[in-house]
Amino acid sequence: MTIWVMIVACAGVTMVMKAFGPIALGGRDLSPAFNRVIGLMAPPLLAALVVTAALANGEKLVIGADTVGVSAAGVALWRGANVIVGVLIAATVTAGLRLLWSRAG
Amino acid sequence: MPPSFGRGVRLGLPYAAAGFVLSLSFGVLARQAGFTFAQALVMSLIVFSGSGQFAATSIVAEGGGVLAAVAAASLANSRFLPMGIAFAPSLPGGPLKRAAQGQAVVDASWALASRGDGTFDRWQLFGTSAPQYVTWIAGTVVGALIGSDLGDTGRFGLDAIFPTFFLALLLVELRDPQARGVAAVGAAIALALVPVTPIGVPVLVASTAALIGLRR
Repeated sequence: MTIWVMIVACAGVTMVMKAFGPIALGGRDLSPAFNRVIGLMAPPLLAALVVTAALANGEKLVIGADTVGVSAAGVALWRGANVIVGVLIAATVTAGLRLLWSRAG
Repeated sequence: MPPSFGRGVRLGLPYAAAGFVLSLSFGVLARQAGFTFAQALVMSLIVFSGSGQFAATSIVAEGGGVLAAVAAASLANSRFLPMGIAFAPSLPGGPLKRAAQGQAVVDASWALASRGDGTFDRWQLFGTSAPQYVTWIAGTVVGALIGSDLGDTGRFGLDAIFPTFFLALLLVELRDPQARGVAAVGAAIALALVPVTPIGVPVLVASTAALIGLRR
């Protein structure tokens, strides 16, 4: 039961966050400065998602097997690999390193 | 339907394929956290957000309460506030219609539909989100079916998929030199905040790096 409450609440909150901007600001032109800020919003959001997902372990910053896997995928993506190839490289390298470390330890 | 919808679908296919693996790992995690198959499926159907679903589910898995789980999902998804504000001026129609169109925003479709001048191609965004929704559900179904038999998913490196997904999107953005500086500032802000703020806050605050655009 509590899981159902949690699921519906998560859906409600996400819906409100996605709806806020379109309701409050939609349908009109905004200043050029505002547009420049908007145009620059994706890079820092995505960069922050990448570094926190690859390095943060709760509130600690940790370089782990996943960090290495994501970096390896990053090199492949930078050289033109498709996102699905990148994802497979990341998972394979991470899984391989964990296997090695568990054998070594 | 405008041609940009079809272009959006084509652009979305690789992300949809990656999203399948990502939602599969969500299905597995959800079952291991004590979700029923129906609960895992419904969560993907009505939340449709990797970061929010993972944030809430991992708190349930660690024995946290409903409030903590919803708060974590809210923070993890708080970037949809600035993303929705950015998308808003590109949406026609009354407030309800705009709010409904705003629900189609997911990270990949939003980033790919941004023209970089403050405007968005909304039909391309709808097109990119569509295949991602289909595979998000399909992956969850597969993951939730095999979930309880799989054991520790860390062995398969599934946790490396999520950051790689966003890295692919980021690299598309970094073709623009100005974007590189803003991205570096955003990453630095996020890393500085990780030790001192709850999950999700570093990413939200990192978006303020875009305020560099106010100069000139």
